[in-house]
Amino acid sequence: MSEPYQPVIIGFLCNWCSYRAADLAGTARLHYAPNMRPIRVMCSGRVEPDLVLKALREGADGVLIAGCHPGECHYIEGNLKTLRRFVLLQRLLRQFGIEEERVQLVWASASEGTVLAAAVNRMTEQLRAMGPLRWRQNVLGGNGHGPAQVVSQPVTLASEEA
Amino acid sequence: MAAKQKPKLAMYWAAACGGCEISVLNIGDKLLAVDEAFDVAFWPVAADFKVKDVEAYPDGYIDLCLFNGAIRTSENEEMAHLLRRKSKVLVAFGACASEGGIPALASLTTRQAIFRTVYLDNPSIDNPDGVLPQPISQVPEGELRIPTYAETVRALDQVVPVDYVMPGCPPEPHQIGAVVEAIISGATLPAPGSTILGAGNSAVCDECPLEKHEKKIQRFYRPYAINPQPGVCLLEQGLVCLGPATRCGCGALCPQVGMRCAGCYGPLDGAADQGARILAAIASVVDAGNARDDEAALMHKAQEVMDMLADPAGTFYRFSLAHSLLQRARVADPPPSPREAAPAGKEMHHETHHD
Repeated sequence: MSEPYQPVIIGFLCNWCSYRAADLAGTARLHYAPNMRPIRVMCSGRVEPDLVLKALREGADGVLIAGCHPGECHYIEGNLKTLRRFVLLQRLLRQFGIEEERVQLVWASASEGTVLAAAVNRMTEQLRAMGPLRWRQNVLGGNGHGPAQVVSQPVTLASEEA
Repeated sequence: MAAKQKPKLAMYWAAACGGCEISVLNIGDKLLAVDEAFDVAFWPVAADFKVKDVEAYPDGYIDLCLFNGAIRTSENEEMAHLLRRKSKVLVAFGACASEGGIPALASLTTRQAIFRTVYLDNPSIDNPDGVLPQPISQVPEGELRIPTYAETVRALDQVVPVDYVMPGCPPEPHQIGAVVEAIISGATLPAPGSTILGAGNSAVCDECPLEKHEKKIQRFYRPYAINPQPGVCLLEQGLVCLGPATRCGCGALCPQVGMRCAGCYGPLDGAADQGARILAAIASVVDAGNARDDEAALMHKAQEVMDMLADPAGTFYRFSLAHSLLQRARVADPPPSPREAAPAGKEMHHETHHD
C-alpha cells in the first residue's frame, strides 16, 4: 500500500546511440529510475506509430523514443523522419486525450548515458504525478472491443432442397 | 415457405447513411439476376418485413445477409445478434459495418457531449425544458422505450462473428456485382472468417493513374484551398491523401477527380491501424528543415508544418476508428452546460465507461 506507484515506460532505443547510452549508464553505475523497459531498434525511424499506440493500449503508461542527434543518424536521415512522425503523433494523441508527457522523444548519443538517465528520471516523475493510464480498463471499459470469436463453419449457398 | 426453394437474402441497415443500399441498386441489371436467384427474406428499405418475421424464421434460415452500418445503439446490437443467428452467411457490408466508418468518429467524444450539442447547445435548438432522450419514459398511454446509445461505436465484427467483409463507402457497384455473380454461380468462396471480398490486396496508389515522383512536401492544404494540378499525385501537392495506407478495389476514383483518398476501403492486410500507417507515411514525406539545423529550429519547423493539419485523428481514422488500436478517445467529462441544470428525471441515467 505504501509503495509509490511505478509507471511503466516502454523505451525504443536506437542501436547506434541511445541503446549504447543505456549500456554506458549501466557500466558507469549511474543510479536512475528502473521504470523503462528498453527495446533495441535499428533506428528510431523504425519506430512505427503503431508500436507506440499498441504499447499505450496494452498497458504502458508512457513511451520514450530515443535516437541519435540530428545530423548523426547512421542512416543519414532516419531520425529526421522520427522527429516529424513524433510531432504529428503528439497532435493525434492530444485528440485521443493522451497527455503529451506520455510520449517523449530524446536525442542521446552513445556517450550520453547521463542524458538518457536524466530523461528516464524526469519522465518517470512526470508519469508518477499523472497516475496510471490503463487504457483498456479505464478507457475501453475492460477488454476493449476485440473481434468477436469466429464460430461459423464453411457453408454453401445453394439451397439443399433445390 | 415458398414452394420454390430459392436461397434467402437479407439486407439490414444499422448506424449507416443508406448509401450502401443505394450502391446495391447501382449494380444495374445484375439486380434482376439477384431477384431471380434469391427470395428476399428481410430488407426493411426495399420490402415490408418486420423484426417479428425474422424472429419467426428458424435459425440459419437466411442464406446471405448483407449487414451495413456500425453498431451504435442497443437496437443495432440486438439486430446484429438476431441476424447472425438467422443467417448462414453474414457479410459486413460497407465501411461502417467493417471498420466503424463515419459513425465511429463519435468515439472521439462522449455520448453526453453529443447529446448536449444535438439537444441543448445548438443555436437552432428550441428545447426550453432541456429534455433529453430517455431509454424509458412514462406517458399517459403507458411506458415507452427507445434504444440506448452506446458510449463507443463498434464495427459489426466486434459484436458478432462475421463471415465476409465487403469494404468501401459505399462498396463499388462493380465489386458488388462480381461478388453477387460469384455467389449465384455457386463458385467456391474463400474460407469465411472476416474474409475480405470485393476489394484488392494492394494500396489505392497501385490503382491510381496519377503521376508519382519523389515526395517532398513543405505544407499541407485542405481540399477546398487548392485546385490540384491534374495528373499529378495529390500527396505531392500537399493534400492529405490516404491512398498509401488504404486497400484498393475502388479504382482510385477520388484521386482521379482531384479529391484526396479518404480511406474508405480500410487498412491493408497486416496493418493493425490504418491511421498510424498513414501518419507514418504522411510525416515521412514532410520536408521541413535539414540535419544541419539546430535541434530547436528543426522541432519548430516540423511543428509549423504539422499544425497545418486541422484534424489529424478525424482525417487519418475517417473510416477506421472502431478498428484502431486506441478505439476511442479518453475524454474528461465537460463542465455541465447551464441549460443542463435539468430537473430530476430529465438527466441521462447511463453510466459512463471512462474516468
